Amino acid sequence: MIQFAIEIPYWGQSLLRVLGGLVAVLLPAGTIVYLFLFKMMSFMQSRLGPMEAGPYGSLQLVAEVGKWMQKEDLAPDAADHRIFKMAPLIVLLSTFLLVVIVPFGPDAYFTNFSVGIFLGLAVASVSVLGILIAGWASANKYALLGGLRAAGQLIAYELPMVLAVLGVVIQAGSMNMQEITVAQNTGSWFGLDWFGSPFIVTQFVGFVIFMIAVQAELTQAPFDMPIAESELVSGYMTEYSGFRFLIFFIAEFATAGVFAFIASVLFLGGWGIPFSWFGWDNIDQVPDWMNLVGPLIMFTKMLVLTFIIMWVRFSFPRFREDQLQTFAWKVLIPLALLNTAITAILKVAF
Amino acid sequence: MTVLSDRQQLSYIASQAADARLNVELETEGMTLNIGPQHPATHGTLRIICRLDGEQVVWAEPSAGYMHRGYEKLTEVRTFPQVTTLVNRIDWLGSFANEVPFILAAEKLMEIEAPPRAQVIRTILFELSRIANVSLFLGDLGVQMGAITPVFLAFRDREYVLNLIESATGGRFHPNFDRIGGLKDDLPAGWIDETRQVMVKLREFCDIIEDLLFGNEIFQSRMRGIGIIPADVAKDYGLSGANLRASGVDFDLRRDQQLPMAWDKADWKVWTHPDGDSFARCWVRLQETRESCKIVEQLLDQVPAGPIMTKVPRIIKVPEGEAWVSTENPLGEMGYYVVSKGDLGPFRVKIRSASFNNISIVPWALKGVYVPDIITILASLYFILGDIDR
Repeated sequence: MIQFAIEIPYWGQSLLRVLGGLVAVLLPAGTIVYLFLFKMMSFMQSRLGPMEAGPYGSLQLVAEVGKWMQKEDLAPDAADHRIFKMAPLIVLLSTFLLVVIVPFGPDAYFTNFSVGIFLGLAVASVSVLGILIAGWASANKYALLGGLRAAGQLIAYELPMVLAVLGVVIQAGSMNMQEITVAQNTGSWFGLDWFGSPFIVTQFVGFVIFMIAVQAELTQAPFDMPIAESELVSGYMTEYSGFRFLIFFIAEFATAGVFAFIASVLFLGGWGIPFSWFGWDNIDQVPDWMNLVGPLIMFTKMLVLTFIIMWVRFSFPRFREDQLQTFAWKVLIPLALLNTAITAILKVAF
Repeated sequence: MTVLSDRQQLSYIASQAADARLNVELETEGMTLNIGPQHPATHGTLRIICRLDGEQVVWAEPSAGYMHRGYEKLTEVRTFPQVTTLVNRIDWLGSFANEVPFILAAEKLMEIEAPPRAQVIRTILFELSRIANVSLFLGDLGVQMGAITPVFLAFRDREYVLNLIESATGGRFHPNFDRIGGLKDDLPAGWIDETRQVMVKLREFCDIIEDLLFGNEIFQSRMRGIGIIPADVAKDYGLSGANLRASGVDFDLRRDQQLPMAWDKADWKVWTHPDGDSFARCWVRLQETRESCKIVEQLLDQVPAGPIMTKVPRIIKVPEGEAWVSTENPLGEMGYYVVSKGDLGPFRVKIRSASFNNISIVPWALKGVYVPDIITILASLYFILGDIDR
């Protein structure tokens, strides 16, 4: 199995993983911004979007990044400067910590934790800290309100997300992301094994809850109350400009990509193709070329899921803060608990 | 005069009590939040000073005047025909409608009337500017709540109406087309057919918006039961237009008064809504846009032949006297009280603009609501800054 990895020395593997991490965070972010934020949104709104920088505006993001990099690094006088400057980095850090658990192929993974998804859910909430201190340190009333709203919202939606994942974990019998992937590509339903058994079928409720919670975690409309540009100007990001705003911006869309990666591992079968197609029985028989095809499969699934996230974002108005909490505590969490309970009963029964 | 609903009263008392208790126990204090003058939600330089307890508004007050342009005073140093240039900048989204009541007031003083053809064309352009105005409101509604797509659809479809206004008058935003005694020009060839096609597109736009926004459950939960203004309070504060009709008061100056305009030649309906909440205000405006399309379509069939200008002297001197004419403008009742001393220009003009009166209810309506509801209530009250600060 590990022939591919053995040939590379340890430092080389580490270097590859670091570079891979950068690619896995930044490439989806760039793709999402260009494809969905710039182009798809424009086409939905009967306009063309950026057309000048590069063919069909494909270099627009490069131009934007260049613009942001040139701007002055401003901080309000009253701000708590050290914390103010740290906040965006903490938010981006949580994205990088999150991507660590995602497997992209039989050997193309960053770490192979036995409790991968547990770690993922734990580090996903690090971004709350960054957002909260960004709101606090800005010395701005809008930013403070935005930061507080974000903290309330992210904590509320962490729960349904955990509970939705719980169903998958029960069904797969493991918290290891690789094993969850393998479980979806080797199983069968009703004796039909040509399609694997992606958990989106059995855990459809969980999938929907997970995607709604992701939408809220990303503070995308209809859950963008913390940013709420029409009332809070830009929420916790109000005082940020230039490079530090860029980091927030990258973190937002990179996290969208990473959550879509995690969702595709949990519910759509991850990097795998149904093992029965090629006669594989377990992960040891999967050949090395899946390390190259796997990332492509993951990328495709990520694009499909982020398309849904962005589609919802562009067409829905936002919830009010209390409605948002009501929705989480009174609808999503009971539903997720019920889903978990039913999954557990069925798991024991069959 | 300030009548609070039960909900508002309770939340107000609760917030006051919480404020006092916290002040004593924890030495915390409420927060004063300035919404505006530079703020994305106020589409202009309106400033709303809010005293917050957490996210609840304890007290709010609009502070207008950041964009005051002194039109009432400026009219005194203009001749009568020149005044239209000023006044069509009051409500800049429905400019033509601003000119009409002033011209009607001047005509009333001179005791002349525009010929029937001019009256019908005036009414058509008046309704077109209403459509141009309200269609942007319908799109903007989504933006206030974070739905960014409707506003682009609104801009797209408003463009058709603006093109029509431009091809008839020469100006997209500020036509300056109305003259004392008639109109500047006749309609260009083919304009009537083009307008018919555009009206079909705008009906489709209304259907799209109804589908995309009004049918959306989030939109309804944000709008229904929020910012309720009972009919008597609405009357007390002098609301007009859709804001008043949404509180169930059947009042529309197009129908309720006799003016030398052509509204009575068309068959249309004044929509009211019993609820008086934000949703009702938006819904009434949506229905009004449809009614305007109906009015325009019917009037297009009955544009009479004849001159567009009655006989007026080359140098217009308006005889001494006072006149008050108000019309049902896109934002509500807009009126001009014109005092003439027999000179080339008016001696004094008092402008009653709709938005200025409509936002006077803001302190009442915002009491006890939460910060996100400030935005929806302001959006549904629909003001144009130029109409507040003249």
